[in-house]
Amino acid sequence: MPNPQPKSSRQSKNMLSDDLFDVVVIGAGVVGCAVARRFVLEGAKVAIVEKASDILDGASKANSAILHTGFDAPQGSLELECIRQGFREYEDIRSELGLVQQKSGAFVVAWTPEQMDALAGIEAQAHENGIVDAHFVDAKSLKAAEPNLSANAMGAVNVPQESIIDPWSAPYVYLHQALENGAEVFLSCHITGGDFDGHVWDLWSGNGTLRSRAVINCAGLYGDILDRDVLGQAQFQIIPRKGQFVVFDKAACGLVSSVILPVPTEKTKGVVLFGTVFGNLVVGPTAEDQQSRTDATTDEVSLNALIAEGVDKLPALAQMPVTAVYAGLRPATERKEYRIEAAQDKNWITVGGIRSTGLSAALGIARHVFGLYEKFGAEHQPIAKPVTPQANVLAQTGARDWQRGGHGEIVCHCELVTRREIEAALVGPLAARSLGGLKRQTRAMMGRCQGFYCAAQVAELTDGKFAQAMSERFAHD
Amino acid sequence: MIDNGIPIDVAVIGAGPSGLAAAIALKQAGVGRVAVLEREPQAGGIPRHCNHPPYGLREFGRILKGPEYAARLVASARNAGVEIHVSITVTSIHGDGLLRLSTPEGVFEITPRRVIYATGVRETPRSARLISGARVQGVVNTGALQSMIYLKHRRPFRRPVIIGTELVAFSALMTCQSAGVRPIAMIEADAIATARWPSAIYPRMRGVELLTNTRLVEIEGDTVVQAVTVANTDGQTRRIECDGVILTGSFTPEVALARCGHLDVDPATGGPVVDQWGRCSDPAYFATGNVLRPVETAGRSWAEGRQTGAWVAQDLAGKLPSHDAKPLRILLGDARIKYAMPQVIYPSKGAGGMSEIQMRVRERVSGTLIARMQGRPVWQRRLNTRPERRIAVPIGEIISQAAADCVEFTIE
Ligand SMILES: Cc1cc2nc3c(=O)[nH]c(=O)nc-3n(C[C@H](O)[C@H](O)[C@H](O)COP(=O)(O)OP(=O)(O)OC[C@H]3O[C@@H](n4cnc5c(N)ncnc54)[C@H](O)[C@@H]3O)c2cc1C
Ligand SMILES: Cc1cc2nc3c(=O)[nH]c(=O)nc-3n(C[C@H](O)[C@H](O)[C@H](O)COP(=O)(O)OP(=O)(O)OC[C@H]3O[C@@H](n4cnc5c(N)ncnc54)[C@H](O)[C@@H]3O)c2cc1C
Repeated sequence: MPNPQPKSSRQSKNMLSDDLFDVVVIGAGVVGCAVARRFVLEGAKVAIVEKASDILDGASKANSAILHTGFDAPQGSLELECIRQGFREYEDIRSELGLVQQKSGAFVVAWTPEQMDALAGIEAQAHENGIVDAHFVDAKSLKAAEPNLSANAMGAVNVPQESIIDPWSAPYVYLHQALENGAEVFLSCHITGGDFDGHVWDLWSGNGTLRSRAVINCAGLYGDILDRDVLGQAQFQIIPRKGQFVVFDKAACGLVSSVILPVPTEKTKGVVLFGTVFGNLVVGPTAEDQQSRTDATTDEVSLNALIAEGVDKLPALAQMPVTAVYAGLRPATERKEYRIEAAQDKNWITVGGIRSTGLSAALGIARHVFGLYEKFGAEHQPIAKPVTPQANVLAQTGARDWQRGGHGEIVCHCELVTRREIEAALVGPLAARSLGGLKRQTRAMMGRCQGFYCAAQVAELTDGKFAQAMSERFAHD
Repeated sequence: MIDNGIPIDVAVIGAGPSGLAAAIALKQAGVGRVAVLEREPQAGGIPRHCNHPPYGLREFGRILKGPEYAARLVASARNAGVEIHVSITVTSIHGDGLLRLSTPEGVFEITPRRVIYATGVRETPRSARLISGARVQGVVNTGALQSMIYLKHRRPFRRPVIIGTELVAFSALMTCQSAGVRPIAMIEADAIATARWPSAIYPRMRGVELLTNTRLVEIEGDTVVQAVTVANTDGQTRRIECDGVILTGSFTPEVALARCGHLDVDPATGGPVVDQWGRCSDPAYFATGNVLRPVETAGRSWAEGRQTGAWVAQDLAGKLPSHDAKPLRILLGDARIKYAMPQVIYPSKGAGGMSEIQMRVRERVSGTLIARMQGRPVWQRRLNTRPERRIAVPIGEIISQAAADCVEFTIE
């Protein structure tokens, strides 16, 4: 089967690049993409390496896609600071990069008297966190805003600014902006060790060595392993926490207009009902601690439990077909907080344990990390007029490609993905090299038929492009 | 061009057997402009990619393979004066027959006097079946498999397992064998195969194990399928190494437009709610063919299309009973009844329409099917049947008894 060689695969022991970088970012999850962008904009010479063939292949592949305000983040925490900063910057760059943000607002809903008692504390914490427009609503106002919720809803705290975004197009455009302003990306490039001579790092991968003055570990689910492999020790241990989701048909999307959150427990934010910018309604996630860093399987029992919980809170869901199911792994550690630490003597910063708010906080984390990096003594001249690429427009409310002539044909009928969009995703420095990558860039095959109508056409269009081909040609007898 | 300034009398969504048959019937009834809108680059519907017999007996009096059959249907439609527009997707439907369309040239709208909804059925994908395990490549429905093998000459795997034993599972088997793909096993949750197998199938089953009373419980793999685990009714599990899974049958109408639009959808059939003329909750819309319910053969869908075309022509001439009158609603009073179609009936005699209520059951059933109005039995018949077998209740006999606004069916 065809196995295209990515740009990065030169002979091992060779240099991957002749350049000496200011910074190498290891890991192209949402955090790595945001960090690479920030460092480039500040004027650093940046390389980003990713072990998978496509970016966003780890924790960032599957989440709830909520841009949090930070209303419930721990007071005074670095996490709160990064979420607040990340939210602000997202709003600042949104129009210039063509990013989607639907301010659906959220309700933290109380379903029991005990939960009712907790609402005052949630409102107070939100105010202290600077989310001053968060406010209590009684059952009647909640019913007026969300008429389809079950009558058991007793009251809620409304957080008007909580938003939903496109969890893939955003990090893609962060990294595209980094690349178009001078960064280099090395895909299918696994960093397995390295050596620091007091000034310069040699980072080793199966494909060759990269040289850099500083390193940012954004390895997500492998953050502890990378620290151990390169620095010899890690300050924390990743304990992956799986979250499964059920996606309902687009017809269900209108059943709620806000994000419906439960009153959180110590361990998790709980099961959420939320719309996506693609026009689906999702119920999830679960929270399951596990050893495996790769096992994102779904199981029928958990999925049925999610559906039951969804129907319990939103009875009309019972009539709605399931479109998709998925699971993501949170890079949790033995502690709740972010584990962002700089090894001053090594010019190395570990950005670890970005457990469940990384999508919201990424841009803020990037600024915080750049601040730590400046303490290493580096000085750069920020780029005066950075290039601003445009994010993919995949949100249902956006000006989608199928609405413009010249798209060739609609290939994926459920998500209205055009041939032009698929062809565009198969070229360039971040070209899709796996079906997962193509889905994240275009949404092809992610709709209600899951490929019944279009898998054959997608298989043909992607011929020779994927490391794991969707099909092989055969000769008819 | 579809937008040629001449108003469209009837637009048909979907150029499968039922949509094409309806369009032909409309032209034969003298209707002016009839346009079939098809989102694929080729008209013909599902048979385009079923490169095997038997198709066409009812329509053309001979046995054809799917693609030949599709080509004949398209040719007869063109001969009858039907306009067929391919690569046009109806993206949404609205009141009074307003349709939004996307074409490679851009988007626009049309407002025909009537719309016939003929978008067919598809199989339930892995996600909606909630099957446990890794979400890996190599899990496909029969429809995708057939498109890959027959239309693109590509195969997604070599040694898959086939889930299900409806007729379409044997299509899947034949499709595999035409491409050198050798299925390992066929897996059926029930004690016996769902379909009545044509005896010609048996020789083809050589080397393919049939596992009844068996359920697929997990799919394993890294990026592609590596094995499945199945469990039988005694709870014993077995791991089967394979490189693919074909999920067959478990059909569901392709009803996205209605669900996201303004038409009522029946949770039981999964299709639009219709009366005995196939008229939807918005009387500018009619439905025909497999979108009405899962699932019929191409031949039957074609026959339904012909009838629907004739009824729509009558409606354009003002000859169908008003939609404003109060219809008789059909209620399912027994969980074993999977669906009934049509869902509403107008008790008007002599106006044509479907002659039967189509029903199916969920499990093997033996008893008496009884129709009641206001608690009083008005009709009954012995029933000894299984899932996916046709059950037909004569509408005439129900209407003649109509003295209430609903009729409830139970099995006793
Ligand atoms: C169920 C769930 C729901 C969530 N919901 C939300 C939400 O609604 N809002 C929100 O803000 N956040 C949410 N999150 C959290 C968010 O998804 C994560 O915080 C974020 O994705 C973490 O990103 P990361 O870049 O740190 O890690 P990752 O995405 O795991 O990125 C790390 C990357 O490093 C690569 N890598 C690892 N080791 C190496 C190596 N040695 N060499 C090269 N490359 C390497 C990996 O392949 C990977 O691509 C959710 C998470 C989950 C799981
Ligand atoms: C995998 C599979 C195998 C089958 N095998 C057999 C078999 O061997 N023998 C047999 O007799 N029957 C078989 N059937 C049953 C099959 O459904 C019927 O044969 C027949 O195709 C039904 O005709 P139809 O016109 O109702 O729908 P279809 O043939 O499905 O036609 C519907 C058409 O509508 C189009 N469409 C849908 N939505 C839109 C939209 N929004 N805009 C524009 N166009 C749209 C579709 O592209 C399609 O061409 C099979 C069905 C499936 C799914």
